[in-house]
Amino acid sequence: MIGQTETLRETEQPDVAPPAPERRRGPEEPETNVKEEIRPIVRYRGITKSFGSHQVLDRIDLDIRPGEKVALIGPSGSGKTTLARLLMTLEEPTSGTIEVDGEQLWHMERKGRLVPADEKHLHRVRGKIGMVFQHFNLFPHMNILRNVTEAMVLVQRMPKEEAEARALAMLERVGLQERTKHYPAQLSGGQKQRVAIARALVMQPNIMLFDEVTSALDPELVGEVLDVIKNVAAEGEMAMMLITHEMDFARDIADRVLFTDGGRIVEQGTPEQIFENPRSERLQSFLTRFRGRRADDAGTSAGSMTAAGRE
Amino acid sequence: MWDWSYAWSIVPELIKVVPITLIATFGGFAVACLLGLPIALARRARSRWISWPVTWVAEFIRSTPLLIQLIVLFYALPNYGIVLSPMTAGILGLGIHYSTYLAEVYRGGIESVPKGQWEASRALNLTKAQTWLRVVLPQSVPPTIPVMGNYLIVMFKETPTLSAITLVELLTTAKAIGSHSFRYVEAITLVGVIFLLLSYPSGLLVRRLELHLKRRERSVEAK
Ligand SMILES: Nc1ncnc2c1ncn2[C@@H]1O[C@H](COP(=O)(O)OP(=O)(O)OP(=O)(O)O)[C@@H](O)[C@H]1O
Ligand SMILES: [Mg+2]
Repeated sequence: MIGQTETLRETEQPDVAPPAPERRRGPEEPETNVKEEIRPIVRYRGITKSFGSHQVLDRIDLDIRPGEKVALIGPSGSGKTTLARLLMTLEEPTSGTIEVDGEQLWHMERKGRLVPADEKHLHRVRGKIGMVFQHFNLFPHMNILRNVTEAMVLVQRMPKEEAEARALAMLERVGLQERTKHYPAQLSGGQKQRVAIARALVMQPNIMLFDEVTSALDPELVGEVLDVIKNVAAEGEMAMMLITHEMDFARDIADRVLFTDGGRIVEQGTPEQIFENPRSERLQSFLTRFRGRRADDAGTSAGSMTAAGRE
Repeated sequence: MWDWSYAWSIVPELIKVVPITLIATFGGFAVACLLGLPIALARRARSRWISWPVTWVAEFIRSTPLLIQLIVLFYALPNYGIVLSPMTAGILGLGIHYSTYLAEVYRGGIESVPKGQWEASRALNLTKAQTWLRVVLPQSVPPTIPVMGNYLIVMFKETPTLSAITLVELLTTAKAIGSHSFRYVEAITLVGVIFLLLSYPSGLLVRRLELHLKRRERSVEAK
């Protein structure tokens, strides 16, 4: 679907361990690509972000491989959203670099030097990234179909008929083919979020960011949205960064789980490693606290996992 | 004191100038609407070199009387070789003066669009221009419509000020009639009645529109 053949091979590989330490290098060091290694779709290098004097991200290094599904968990305020927003170009890094598909995102080369990217450069690279927000952010003055076609027509200059055909196909995939003429306000939260997912998917990004896309939903609507995401993930071609408090979901879907705390990636590994054998004390206490809370409100999203997606 | 038959006899003469008053009102309103938007955008501009001067000039226009601005346009500009007809000066004066008010209305409308709309537009890779035209403005205009309607009525009621620059509108005509017959009461009262007859229903219309928009918004927001 994305026409990126090398990504397909990659997703089949069972090895999803974190990048080995010797692969870490500073942003200025030349890339010595001796070993045949698949180029990451996203590469954060030394990313720091401060709001005023408040440092939110602290020298983050992170590679995401094409097609890889990365779940981000961690306490509130640990910088998960900020990490995603830097990639979506909604927030500018204080220092460090982000590469997307081998190309600098926030910088561009001018006479052999890296200079801050201009809007044109950002526009080009940003096309490879998509995002779904916690609060949907659908366009309330457009019906569902237009919400999905608008960017295809405006950004990709696709003829209206073709855009509509694609939008309809995508809306069918998320189970909303009967709602195309409705307006966002006429939909339930779960339906809105599925439209938002369809709207981002039709742009065929190489990596899609999901920022707590179910936390604004009534518990009974969480399952239908998670199902849709699982279906999309099962296709495998698109990398995903999933910020979530749904630990079961993270475990199901993720190739790799990152635990962030205090602006650092404190621990990462396969879902088994992270959830069964947490090494750091901070992750252990986070999971304990989390399980305690889950027990309190008796299974927020369980049960509804299978029902939805096709109404 | 009040002479009914005399009053009736001058009604046609007064009615004849109602169109002039309306042209000045709608002309001024159109200018205000068009000019208000760039002012609103400029005041929001990131560069202080744009936002500060525009803010300052707009505040200046808003805090000085319309009458003085009209006199400048009509009596002072000719000294610089710019001669305007009473109607042109009136439309420009009304329009410029109220554009600073409408700019504030627009600003409120624009700021009422949630941040998430800008972010979603960015995530979908829309350009700045596309975001403004397709996402932000279509959402900021509807809530401002009732306020705009009210300003239209306010501007209508402001047209007697244009008598100061010799525009033959309702008040000028009434004064002329009065000076002919030495009877001012009927003429001036009738002018008041005409304003009432035109503004009051318009006010009701605006309120109906407002309720309609609110109801639509609510029905759209419900569920
Ligand atoms: N625009 C901003 N201005 C100032 N501070 C900000 C801004 N955005 C985020 N922050 C701060 O940065 C820190 C990290 O925020 P972030 O939203 O990335 O955390 P998070 O891990 O996503 O948390 P949560 O689980 O609550 O969503 C928080 O302390 C937050 O208050
Ligand atoms: Mg967050």
